[in-house]
Amino acid sequence: MSEPQEPLVASASQTVGPFFHVGPGASDRCGVLAGPGVPGERIRLCIRVLDGDGAPVDDAMVEIRQADADGAYALPPTSLEDPPPQFAGFGRLSTSKDGDCCFETIRPGAPAHADGAAHVTVCLFMRGLLRHLYTRVYFEDDLALDRDPILLLVPAERRSTLLAHRAGDGATWDFVVRLQGPDETVFFDL
Amino acid sequence: MSNRPMSDRHALEAGSQPPLLYPPYKSTVKRAPTQPLIVIPERFASLATPVYGYLPIGEADNDLTRQHAGEPQGERIIVAGRVLDEDGRAVPHTLVELWQCNAAGRYRHAKDKHPAPIDPNFSGAGRSITDAEGRYRFVTIKPGAYPWGNHDNAWRPAHLHFSLFGHSIATRLVTQMYFPNDPLCAWDPMFQSVRDPRAQQRLVSQFDLSLTEPNWALGYRFDIVLRGRDSTPFEARV
Repeated sequence: MSEPQEPLVASASQTVGPFFHVGPGASDRCGVLAGPGVPGERIRLCIRVLDGDGAPVDDAMVEIRQADADGAYALPPTSLEDPPPQFAGFGRLSTSKDGDCCFETIRPGAPAHADGAAHVTVCLFMRGLLRHLYTRVYFEDDLALDRDPILLLVPAERRSTLLAHRAGDGATWDFVVRLQGPDETVFFDL
Repeated sequence: MSNRPMSDRHALEAGSQPPLLYPPYKSTVKRAPTQPLIVIPERFASLATPVYGYLPIGEADNDLTRQHAGEPQGERIIVAGRVLDEDGRAVPHTLVELWQCNAAGRYRHAKDKHPAPIDPNFSGAGRSITDAEGRYRFVTIKPGAYPWGNHDNAWRPAHLHFSLFGHSIATRLVTQMYFPNDPLCAWDPMFQSVRDPRAQQRLVSQFDLSLTEPNWALGYRFDIVLRGRDSTPFEARV
């Protein structure tokens, strides 16, 4: 019988700082998740980040992960020789001076293997965040919001902080992240 | 002793992960959420969401000294190590990204106003993929210390930024690597936000003569430990 080993101490999270520069040349391409051949409703997901004073956070790195139009996630490559999938479901952008960034993507479908509402997972990094934050974007007109198991974990009065709203042109969805304040966005611990 | 890895909450309580609000690091004050995080129980979490790493890695992506026409200024170093999970298992085929300032302490970034020279031969960003045993390797330049406005006479210790994805959304990590015996770490609120001495030690690389190449570059070993596969918290906390 082997003695159970004491687990290793996980490396501590640290801020990205204001000067992040990840992936040579990659950041330009990470704002477009869906090329022309990807099926689904084309949307522009615009995420704005505001600090405790309501001021735009102009030095954040925003990552999104989402399912495709069928609600399925791309699987990670099993070998380095695997061709990249058409829709990898991952995006990454820096915020502008106005604290926002916009992803060209498709509207995700309802989860393929679970009951619940379609959503986009957002991961936020910035100066002043010693650990990154997770939140979720839901779509305000989704009929499945009332039965989404994660939204039901959230106190009812805070659920609206997780909704994206359709903007003027119909294809743009706006989502505001408020780090603090009366409408502080709900953040999750995975 | 259970071999189940610590949940994030337990890691926080033990001081091996920094808190979100840490007033000595001033920028946390207006940016740390004030409401408790809502735990997503493992049975609901879409842990199989995609990880990143589909972009092909270029030949010089892990050698920051060969990305330009000339060699960058400064002390050439080799940084290598293994990416493991909390149970000590290798994390193969995962993207490791690195970014840093140059030898003079200046980032090639529009927002960096530190009056130190920009090095035309140094971009300060690299990528590598771990091999089947979880190993990665970079060749780069030792970064300089630089001042910042956090407190009186504040200087960041020399450090490299690392970004890792692991194999699930819960293993995503951005961390920093420090150098052995750097006196500035004692005054650095980012380093000091990690209270557990073992976790602090994990952030400091070790000089390694076996990685060092004669007449060429000093070697530093930096192993990175990601959360384990089963380390999501198991009870709801609202």
